[in-house]
Amino acid sequence: MSVLAASQTVPTVFDGVANTVAVVVLLLEFGMLRATLLRSQVRLYAGQSLAVSVLAAVVAYGRDVPELYALAILSLLLKVVVVPLVVLALLRDAHAEIAGSGALGVANQVLVAIGITAFGFFSVGVLGIHSSVLPTTALSLSVAVVLVAFVLMIMRRDVVSQAIGFFSLENGVSLASLVVAAGMPLILEVAFLFDLLVAVVVFGVLMRTHHRRTRSLSTETLDRLRG
Amino acid sequence: MSVLLVLLVGVPALTTLACVVLPRRVAAALTVATGIASFVFAVALIAPATDHTLTALGYLRADALSVVFVLATAFLYMTTAIYTVGYQAAEAATVAAGVEDRRIFARYSRLFYVGLNAFAWSMLAAPLVNGLALLWIAVEITTVVSALLVALDDTEGATEAAWKYVLIASSGLGIALLATIFMYYAGSTVLGESYDLAFDPLLRGAANMPHTPVALAFVLAVVGFGTKVGLFPVHTWLPDAHAEAPTPVSTLLSGSLLAVSFYAILRFYQISIIPLGTRFPQLVLLIFGAASLLLAALYLLEQRDIKRLLAYSSVEHMGILTIGVSFGVPLALAGVLLHVLAHAAAKGNAFMGAGVMVRKYGTKELHRIRDAMSRLPWSAPMFLLAVFALAAMPPFGLFRSEFQIIAGGLIDHRNAAAVALVCLVTVAFAGLTAATTWMLFAPSRAEGPGAATAAAMERGEPSTWMVIPVVMGTAALLLLGLAPPGELIQLLTHAANDLVGVGR
Repeated sequence: MSVLAASQTVPTVFDGVANTVAVVVLLLEFGMLRATLLRSQVRLYAGQSLAVSVLAAVVAYGRDVPELYALAILSLLLKVVVVPLVVLALLRDAHAEIAGSGALGVANQVLVAIGITAFGFFSVGVLGIHSSVLPTTALSLSVAVVLVAFVLMIMRRDVVSQAIGFFSLENGVSLASLVVAAGMPLILEVAFLFDLLVAVVVFGVLMRTHHRRTRSLSTETLDRLRG
Repeated sequence: MSVLLVLLVGVPALTTLACVVLPRRVAAALTVATGIASFVFAVALIAPATDHTLTALGYLRADALSVVFVLATAFLYMTTAIYTVGYQAAEAATVAAGVEDRRIFARYSRLFYVGLNAFAWSMLAAPLVNGLALLWIAVEITTVVSALLVALDDTEGATEAAWKYVLIASSGLGIALLATIFMYYAGSTVLGESYDLAFDPLLRGAANMPHTPVALAFVLAVVGFGTKVGLFPVHTWLPDAHAEAPTPVSTLLSGSLLAVSFYAILRFYQISIIPLGTRFPQLVLLIFGAASLLLAALYLLEQRDIKRLLAYSSVEHMGILTIGVSFGVPLALAGVLLHVLAHAAAKGNAFMGAGVMVRKYGTKELHRIRDAMSRLPWSAPMFLLAVFALAAMPPFGLFRSEFQIIAGGLIDHRNAAAVALVCLVTVAFAGLTAATTWMLFAPSRAEGPGAATAAAMERGEPSTWMVIPVVMGTAALLLLGLAPPGELIQLLTHAANDLVGVGR
């Protein structure tokens, strides 16, 4: 044991908190993968965004980067409040509750996602990217979140789940940016968030157009263009 | 001279805002004026940007490389603006006389002009911003604006294409954002924790960056921005969006949007080869480029839709560009940049010609378009010339550029890749010209689908406005092929040297 203690630094409280929040982000991503009610999927997304915002605040406090407080508040307002409200408004108008069946059963989707998570987690681990801000585990977790978001977008066959998949992919990227790019100037971070806002509006417009034309949120009918 | 950068970014933005309130005809005139002005500004940038890097307002920067892409976009902005006058007039002619219909059309037309100008603005801004982060933001704006434009026609196909486009391209850009963040990390080991990803400090500090994050960032950037370039296997949105968008939008998508995303890859390439050496980045580009070219050449042989045909031709040309960069010698890179310009002119012409045929025949299906040569006295021959240009026949600009790319490959002893390039381009040529020959020269059917409408069709062009820009494009192609101006050659050479780091 003494050898272990000498070769590895003991994780601090900060590391522990940061890793726990990052794990929560990943678990919520899995929650979205298995959620059947579209409304609960949106709530899980809001929860995940909240976790990312909390992590930004934790880093701001633990590493003394006051700019990140501003980022945390902005991302809280945008991703926990505005984006879910936009999607929920759409759901209310569409009178749709339950997501259609995915390409695989829920159990199989989760199994695939676990395999892909393991791949992402360990392949980032061997890259040897070390950050002074957050433990490397958080980076591996963020890449896993991005990959599971892709599984979500590929497997689900309704526009809301696919859009939520994209928004949560963005959460994964935000997590990664907290680990390796925490010092990024605030103006760029704000520009990224603003960009997301524009994308959300466009996604909303297209989801409405889709619903107006097909009277459903399913993407099953979107198979006319091929070749 | 820095004021030109501000004008290039500012004037289209103001035009976009003005189009929100202006009626259709005024908006059309203003858009044409802005397009012409942008092209004039871009041409005026050639000489100053060749000598040194221009900056303005802290966030704008232009060097030789960016000006090449600004030129391509501004030229298409100008021609598309002129074409749109005819396109909108033809659309207006089909609208019923009712008050309600007119109101709907006025709204459509306003959205069209606002979207078109915003799209052109975002594509002009992307090569002019200073830094990888701002570049990513500009490319993301091009995505959201163009997705709305693709959906604008509000048909079933347009809705499907727009959804696929926005989802696939946004996910790709999510990966590109990850690439930007890893590049930030690599840079932060040299430049300190907080910096803004501007190009010049990154290029200066690149030599000391750690290899793994840079390699990771480069591959992620090729996949991420490659989604918008249309590289295999992430090209799947491209034919749908190009085919279902209104023709002026297809023109800008194909000639300019793909090139602007390619510019982003070039910037990552420029930085990555400093710490990594050329071997690994060039291998990555060669694989993606060759796969895209192969796929596009095969799909071109078996196409039923005229706009999808041209869309796959865009995938083919993006493959050629990517392979050209993988050759890495300045001769090939100068060829690649010339190819960007010539492809913009040629693909713009082809889409505009196709748009006229679609309007005339009322269908996009190849087998319903017959004997166009005797029905469209101007557009049909011009379309033929555009297809010849796309197939890199002399005397057009693409012949010169592909010749340079292949010569560069042979100089660099990439014989196998150069030979494969020639073979695949020939396959693509066969597919493209076979389809074109049927459309232009095959006699109309006496019976079967479309026979009745074909018999009733008169000889003549739908609108002169839809012919003028094609004539301009052909003139540009001839100029690039026969006698490219000396300043332009200097600009291309300078940009190619910048890319490989000669003289740094």
